[in-house]
Amino acid sequence: MDPAGNAFTDLSWVDLLFLGEAAIRTLQISAVSIFVGTVLGIILGWMLAAGNIVVRLLVNSLLDVFRSVPLIIQLILFDSFVSIAGFPMPAFWSGTIVLSVYTAALVAMVARAGIEAVEPGLRRAARSLGMGYWQDMRYVVWPVGIRAVFPSWIGVALSVLKDSALVSAIGYIELLRASQILTTKTQESFKIMLLVGLFYFLMSYPISKAGDFIEKKWQQ
Amino acid sequence: MAAVIELKNVRKSFGDLEVLKGIDLKVENGEVLSVIGASGSGKSTMLYCINGLEPIQDGTITVEGTVVNDKSTNLNKLRQKIGMVFQQWNSFPHLTALENVALAPRVVKGLSRSAAKEIAAKQLAHVGIGDKLDVYPGALSGGQQQRLAIARALAMEPSYMLFDEATSALDPELVGEVLDTMRMLASEGMTMIVVTHEMGFARDVSDKVAFFHEGKVEETGPAKAVLSAPKSGHLQKFLAKVH
Ligand SMILES: Nc1ncnc2c1ncn2[C@@H]1O[C@H](COP(=O)(O)OP(=O)(O)O)[C@@H](O)[C@H]1O
Ligand SMILES: [Mg+2]
Repeated sequence: MDPAGNAFTDLSWVDLLFLGEAAIRTLQISAVSIFVGTVLGIILGWMLAAGNIVVRLLVNSLLDVFRSVPLIIQLILFDSFVSIAGFPMPAFWSGTIVLSVYTAALVAMVARAGIEAVEPGLRRAARSLGMGYWQDMRYVVWPVGIRAVFPSWIGVALSVLKDSALVSAIGYIELLRASQILTTKTQESFKIMLLVGLFYFLMSYPISKAGDFIEKKWQQ
Repeated sequence: MAAVIELKNVRKSFGDLEVLKGIDLKVENGEVLSVIGASGSGKSTMLYCINGLEPIQDGTITVEGTVVNDKSTNLNKLRQKIGMVFQQWNSFPHLTALENVALAPRVVKGLSRSAAKEIAAKQLAHVGIGDKLDVYPGALSGGQQQRLAIARALAMEPSYMLFDEATSALDPELVGEVLDTMRMLASEGMTMIVVTHEMGFARDVSDKVAFFHEGKVEETGPAKAVLSAPKSGHLQKFLAKVH
């Protein structure tokens, strides 16, 4: 079947390919940011859950900054800052750095909630069997905690995927930016937005389905 | 005979609250000590101090000659010798009964998966739930979960067992099966410290009883003697209440 069928006669194959490539870029920047942000966020969440008062206060205030300043402003600020500072970098990298840190700030709260969801009694039981701190973390806190907060983490991942559209503000040609360029060129804004919406849906849906599947598997 | 677990003038505080105010206790090899006393008198805290889950501020605790409160003591190693069973059974909810029991032998002792599972199956059969190997704790009754917790502790082949009100959270009809399991362990010669409100168990199974009152051992001695002829007024009142 021709996906550019009758309704899309004004959009050429080249235009569709352009959109498809942009969708892949959206996936790339989201995947890298979600991965890096999750690793970083888990470490920060652990510091929030297990650190002393000084550590908690420091980490919390730091994360407050990233949670309260709108992402688009963080992107523009960081991008301008590295240019002014004399280390201009490709939009992909400044975008990834900012999006990763933003993800980390969100994941940190999820990770802390996960650690705190594990009953102290379970951890005492683990330690009473001779498990060390990290064994308790690895074999009890991690599996029990992740089951408790996995849906929240999926939520963060999905919102980062969507928020990656804001990286367009610093000139990275991801899905949204690509659609704006095409709209200017073809004046087919409705059809293009429909396509872009479909692309986002096609990326999000498998993630949320996979999330449901894993959750069900754990729920026996 | 030398004591295998010994507490000398043990003091323990949570912040400003002094919970243990100079505890002296001795347990000999193969002995069963029941610890009784009102809620809040420091019984659980003492058990946590014995396996080093809680630090103490003063005094000494020795287990088989190892000073628990010595900074250089490897607590993870020491705890392998001391099994503990809690009021809330604390089964690992994400693991089957077999995996619950096999976990520590595998990751702490470094046994292979199959060797750990073999030990786990043996211990689960020992406590009478050998038919529940692949069941998750959520599908077990409280009594079964508590027996699972006992099997989990036994799989490390400990020399000592600490029980913290192992039957207090159970429905009355499930208390018996757990007490029977504890009785079986005692008859096998396990050295046990049992915090309990089951006076029948304390009288019939334990060699010694220690009565805790406000962070002190107020009365201690042979179980039958102490329980049938208590000297302390607080113990007399306590016994009148629980009977
Ligand atoms: N982790 C803790 N932090 C602060 N206070 C505690 C803690 N654990 C126990 N306590 C207090 O210590 C006292 C003794 O508690 P516990 O040892 O649990 O008594 P028992 O087991 O005899 O009921 C109680 O007043 C209790 O509130
Ligand atoms: Mg208690």
